[in-house]
Amino acid sequence: MENYFDLVPLVVLIPLVGMLTNLFFGKRFGEQGVAIVAVGASAAAFLIAVILWIAQVNTGYVPAVIDMPVLGDWINITSAGLRIPWEFRVDSLSVTMMLVVSGVGTLIHIYAVGYMHGDSRFPRFFVYMNMFLVFMLLLVTGNNFLMMFVGWEGVGLCSYLLIGFWFDKPGGVGWKNSDAARKAFIVNRVGDFGLILGVLLTFWTFRTLDYYKPGEMPAAAHHEEAAYEETLFAPDLPEDEHHETATGPIGVFNQASAWLEEGDHEVNFGVISLSLEATITLITLLFLLGATGKSAQIPLFVWLPDAMAGPTPVSAFIHAATMVTAGVYMMVRSNVLYHSSDLSSFVVAMIGATTAIVAGFIAVGQWDIKRVLAYSTVSQLGFMVAAVGVGAYAAAMFHLVTHACFKALLFLASGSVIHGMEHGHHHLHEHGHGDHGHDDDDFDPQDMRFMGGLKDKMPVTYWTYIFGTLALAGVFPFAGFWSKDEILLDSIKHGVNDGYLSGYLAFVLLLIAAVFTAFYMWRQVSMVFYGQPRHAAAEHASESSNLMTRPLIVLAILSLLIGLINIPSGFPILGWLLGKHEFTSFLGHSVTFAHAGSFNFLLATMAVILALGAIYAARALYNDKTLATLERDPLELDERTAEAFALANAKLYWDEFYFKYIIWPYRNVAYWLAEKLDWEIWHDFAHERLIRDPFNRATQFLAEPVDKGFIDRNFDRLGTLVRRVSDRMRVIQTGYVRTYALSVLFGALLVVILILLPVLRELLGL
Amino acid sequence: MATVVFMLPLVGMVLMLILARSDQQYRWWTLTTSIVTFAVSLLLVRGFDKTSAGLQMVDQFDWISGEGFSIQYYVGIDGISIWLVMLTTFIMPLAILSSFKAIQKRVKLYYMFMLLMEWAMLGVFVAQDLFLFYVFWEVTLVPMYFLIGIWGAEQRIYAAVKFFLYTMAGSLLMLLAILWLGNEAGTFAVPEILEQLKTGDLVFSTATGRWLFLAFGIAFAIKVPMWPLHSWLPDAHVQAPTAGSVILAGVLLKMGTYGFVRFNLPLFPAASETFAPYIAALAVIGIIYGAWVSYGQKDMKKLVAYSSISHLGFVMLGIFALNSSGIEGAVLQMVNHGISTGGLFLVVGVLYERRHTKLMAAFGGIWQAMPLYSGVALVIVLSSMGLPGLNGFVGEFTILLGAAGSDAISWWFTPLAALGVILAAVYMLYMFNTVFMGELDKEENKRLPDLDWRELYALVPILIMVLVIGLQAGYFFEFMDAKVGDLVRDISLAVAAGR
Repeated sequence: MENYFDLVPLVVLIPLVGMLTNLFFGKRFGEQGVAIVAVGASAAAFLIAVILWIAQVNTGYVPAVIDMPVLGDWINITSAGLRIPWEFRVDSLSVTMMLVVSGVGTLIHIYAVGYMHGDSRFPRFFVYMNMFLVFMLLLVTGNNFLMMFVGWEGVGLCSYLLIGFWFDKPGGVGWKNSDAARKAFIVNRVGDFGLILGVLLTFWTFRTLDYYKPGEMPAAAHHEEAAYEETLFAPDLPEDEHHETATGPIGVFNQASAWLEEGDHEVNFGVISLSLEATITLITLLFLLGATGKSAQIPLFVWLPDAMAGPTPVSAFIHAATMVTAGVYMMVRSNVLYHSSDLSSFVVAMIGATTAIVAGFIAVGQWDIKRVLAYSTVSQLGFMVAAVGVGAYAAAMFHLVTHACFKALLFLASGSVIHGMEHGHHHLHEHGHGDHGHDDDDFDPQDMRFMGGLKDKMPVTYWTYIFGTLALAGVFPFAGFWSKDEILLDSIKHGVNDGYLSGYLAFVLLLIAAVFTAFYMWRQVSMVFYGQPRHAAAEHASESSNLMTRPLIVLAILSLLIGLINIPSGFPILGWLLGKHEFTSFLGHSVTFAHAGSFNFLLATMAVILALGAIYAARALYNDKTLATLERDPLELDERTAEAFALANAKLYWDEFYFKYIIWPYRNVAYWLAEKLDWEIWHDFAHERLIRDPFNRATQFLAEPVDKGFIDRNFDRLGTLVRRVSDRMRVIQTGYVRTYALSVLFGALLVVILILLPVLRELLGL
Repeated sequence: MATVVFMLPLVGMVLMLILARSDQQYRWWTLTTSIVTFAVSLLLVRGFDKTSAGLQMVDQFDWISGEGFSIQYYVGIDGISIWLVMLTTFIMPLAILSSFKAIQKRVKLYYMFMLLMEWAMLGVFVAQDLFLFYVFWEVTLVPMYFLIGIWGAEQRIYAAVKFFLYTMAGSLLMLLAILWLGNEAGTFAVPEILEQLKTGDLVFSTATGRWLFLAFGIAFAIKVPMWPLHSWLPDAHVQAPTAGSVILAGVLLKMGTYGFVRFNLPLFPAASETFAPYIAALAVIGIIYGAWVSYGQKDMKKLVAYSSISHLGFVMLGIFALNSSGIEGAVLQMVNHGISTGGLFLVVGVLYERRHTKLMAAFGGIWQAMPLYSGVALVIVLSSMGLPGLNGFVGEFTILLGAAGSDAISWWFTPLAALGVILAAVYMLYMFNTVFMGELDKEENKRLPDLDWRELYALVPILIMVLVIGLQAGYFFEFMDAKVGDLVRDISLAVAAGR
């Protein structure tokens, strides 16, 4: 079975071939051909991920490191001890990510074939989608931080291209889309700044960037973990064997474990030295900055809502299911480092939990169907990040997997809604009764105020949407219930059992965020599907094509069932039927500090009751009566909540803050530097006024009063003599600088000849 | 062997002057010559011994010698100069190809200068004798002066004179230092001077070392250009024809950074160590200042010109990290910058030929009108921004790595320099967004023709190198590792010995 691991490069190379094929021949293929290539590439990648998964299971979860074919080392500076190979890593964590990315990716590719039908740049869309797969799979399969970084920025590039995909839409929309794309890239670059500094620090601390060297096993967790009710999941190797493998070259994580165990390790950077613990804290905080960029956390989450300018399949795939989870993946991958730093873990937990609640709050005040989901994504990513912060690495990954399914589902279903609305709108135009309903110019197919009553018009979309919503809200037995519950439980345990303040804080914040989640989701469901149509377009909306609805159905089933991969041990019947913590123990083979929580009935019941309560409250508030007009939100009309709603609707003025204090000052200083300091002052004033002009004046002075006025007069007689001579010389004194420079050239050529002479002499043996 | 490569352009030029008759023939003669030069220079790579730190393919004869001094014709390549030679021979055919349509007046003279330029630049990179080096250093000024002065834009004379005077002023100090050094050592050959320094036959005081360092350093710093000596660069770039800008950014600026590595570090190691923090500080200021000023520009060429100041700040930072990661990264980044920025100027030139303006505000939505061109432009823009997987990233990363682990400079240069990576995205995407993205809302842009074959041939090699270096930088580092490893060791030995 080990031989199958050699297939892992294909997981990247097949989408690459798909991308290049469509790039060069896409125009000739037509829509169908392009779709077959792109979907085929994605499906093939998924197939290989499945094979790798089976191989992992059958080989006892031994991690494998596989070289990239053809390419040699990426970077290799022997004298600096720097070697960055192109190496892939197959272990349970990377396989999990591969399955999610290529699995959800394939469904979304299929959906996109229907969604993008008729777009003038259909082939290019799928070029970008396959390119995204290349980079995302590279990100999760690389065996060192720098390869991860290639994927990391690569997916950022795809995100940029896809957010700006409709850069040419008329009426200013195109410019807005382009700006959103640029914003995403630049905000992510701020995060990457942290990540790359963290990578530099990692190298100088551990003298390598490889996670593990080939043949090296992840170290087992220490026994302090046994405090949990569940036992930990050590790799299937006995303890002493692990020590044996550690004698060869050693990767970052095992080196960290070994040194931490030794204690009192100092790290020297050039002229300063730090304790290992302080260094790791610094590294992990810098990595966290990277994660806040890519995974849209406070303070860098502002790009994600704007990223909804991209086509909806992109929002589902890149900005909900996969790319934005890269930060979580990266932190889970570095769990050995995060685990050892209490300070970093605390900051991570607080950032995640705060983001979860802030984004959940903003989501309540949004009108745009995709923006609600975008903020919801930010909020859910906050759950995952918080889980990392409380040491629940397995729970974070579990939530990543379930979230990928139900959030992709919600986005795709919202795309189906938008599609239906647009069709209804087209229908209106074709049949010429655009005169009733709202004014046509204001129509926005994504604004929920124009929707309503779509339940009967789009039944498949409606039911799948309900599945997604219940999963997201964490209602039993949907997927989100299992994963969210595990995060909540781990948080409170982190507080109670281990005595960390961050555990309590995260628990409270996340619980409130979970209530927000259920509320804004049901607010959305009510506005979109219940009541009566509030616009003629909604009235004429119709169900989307099979290409679009079938992936929805698959994802809906997944949203219901995917939670079963990790049934907690305390859960009656199901746990006994399906095995306990299957997913956690699978992850445990590569994530050293993956541990399983148990199950707490009280907590689970409380969470479900809170979610159902929030759903009930939402439906009560957004009942058929208030939904009938919905010019303004019921929360807006109520005095007690009006202010909060306005705040949520304005996104807490977060963007405005950045504009006022960072972007405008930066831009104004740039203009000032460019036009005033560098040009008027330095270029013109200093160079022209201070250097050139005085020099010119001096020469003028020498030429006119000194030369002409004094010397010339006295030497006038001599001058006449000279003039006769100089009359003949004047020919070469043209006064053109280029003539003078030409004479420099001839001088130079003379020198050349002088150079050549000895060469010739030598060659001719003279 | 080195002689053959660097004399080829001169031979080609002479033959062109004798044999070629029409404008079309001048063009093709020149292009063929430069391609042949490139092909022959590939033999250098093939024949290069990576394990050796010394000079290879040396040609050495006495040139002018007398009582107590000797000036030699001494050329050769080592792990550092080989890639700069390759960069020159690689860029020149592209620059020549890009001039076919743009240059319609005094064609013969133009191509004569192009080949002269190539010859002189190659001479700078292969010369191992200080005097010889100085000769070539000055000779490069002449063709560039004319390229700007004759075929440039409206203010070409002003820009050409400024370029000439600025560089000349710096060079004079270097000439003095060279003469002093040659007089003391009795030879101008760099390897021989180094040998004397090592054995202690040639000793100079700390103060003298510093003066000499500065005399060389100022000449090189103007060429780089380091902040705040950059004022000639925007003028030269904006006024120069496309090919002139390509050569200027692609190769000429590298003569400055190359000079630091070739002469300042090995000849004055103690002074290098002393000045490293100050130079690093100027480099970091340059990185941020250049990036910031770029963002304030309205003219594309000016934006790219200022971005060079930022990028070359990285190179300087890497050199004065004084460790092998930093220096090797810097050398690779010289090549990368040549390729990416050369490519950017080609990209700007394509639009300029069509619309005769370089103002960003005149464009918008070009992607829709010229999809192929825009795709190519995107890759080059990304390479310049340092997207990992493309060439710029490898250089920046290894430079930052070197700076972070440097004993010579303080740690906080690294995060400040890394800020430049964010700022690069800010100005580059600003340009890309305003020119290529957005709506195609200006009537005169709607029917712009996409790239023709000639333009594509000039740009595709750049794309290839962007990817090859981006994915296989290890290959390029292997050539320099022995040499740079030696250099770094010699520096630390010399510093320890107080030389």
